[in-house]
Amino acid sequence: MGLLDARISNRNVLVTSVDNVMNWARLSSLWPMGFGLACCAIEMMATNASNYDLERFGIFPRSSPRQSDLMIVAGTVTMKMAEKVVTLYEQMPEPRYVLSMGSCSNCGGPYWNHGYHVLKGVDRVIPVDVYVPGCPPRPEALIGGLLKIQELVRMEGIGVSRQEALKKLAEKSVDPQQVIGQARKATA
Amino acid sequence: MPAAVQQSKAAYDIIRERFGEAVSECDANPTMPFFEVADTSKWADIALFMRDDSRLKFNYMACLSGVDYMEQGQLGIVCNLESIGGPTHKIAVKVKCARDGGSIPSVSCVWHTANWHEREAYDMYGMTFEGHPDHRRILCPEDWTGFPLRKDYQVQETYHGIKVPY
Repeated sequence: MGLLDARISNRNVLVTSVDNVMNWARLSSLWPMGFGLACCAIEMMATNASNYDLERFGIFPRSSPRQSDLMIVAGTVTMKMAEKVVTLYEQMPEPRYVLSMGSCSNCGGPYWNHGYHVLKGVDRVIPVDVYVPGCPPRPEALIGGLLKIQELVRMEGIGVSRQEALKKLAEKSVDPQQVIGQARKATA
Repeated sequence: MPAAVQQSKAAYDIIRERFGEAVSECDANPTMPFFEVADTSKWADIALFMRDDSRLKFNYMACLSGVDYMEQGQLGIVCNLESIGGPTHKIAVKVKCARDGGSIPSVSCVWHTANWHEREAYDMYGMTFEGHPDHRRILCPEDWTGFPLRKDYQVQETYHGIKVPY
């Protein structure tokens, strides 16, 4: 899968495409913006910390949108916050990715009907690449979402639009139930 | 009558003696004894008396909540007041005003706690607090339309071009 898994011989020369090298470099150092909005942020922080150790994926939070590749919208986006989220998103350099974490930022969550103050899904103001369901999602689920972002990066290339990459990703999707079943069998 | 209610009733009697008809009868229920301010314009004076009188010393505002009495066409607040540090006693005070354009005297100069609590009551119900030093919304955006906890509240369709309802 990764570039380093390929056997390097012949005086450390490796023949590959520019797309491959760029994608490998980008997906190996996805820097999310360090901000959280509600209880999902607690799970996100737990995922960053030593138990789940996001740094093994090259993911660690940056405190400026200008240094970030990825925005993890972790929590309830209020109407008051919505415009600030847009401002932060606009300050991120391209290519940028958005992961919507948890029911609130996916669709308004428990506030969908009577929560006058909640934006019913962050995708009403910024484009979202990956949605992670849960209330809040466990760290494993967030890691799953981040790996999905990495897969999305792998689908990209020079001249390939984000829509095409997302389409390729959707076509390549695997049924998680099978993978879970295999893992259970292996541990049993 | 439980001892706590008797203490509340004793405190009420002192207020009644001083303000007479400006306050209603005491509702000496065992959950939370309360009285109502019949003359809303006297509320700030009553509050100051309750804080400063040596027999009362209501030096702690535990809570200030808003209420919408839609059927009566009124808005109101409920203040939970306590005296702490000495012999403890507590009482609740209800103050009401008209639902449209009504106002209640601010007591933020009596208890600083009331400052933000009154702002929140204004934010959610829309009554005015006369003499409040910083009369702004506290939770909703400043250009929000309507008062969300009124019983007939309908959420606005859009806010700054963003659709609000689901």
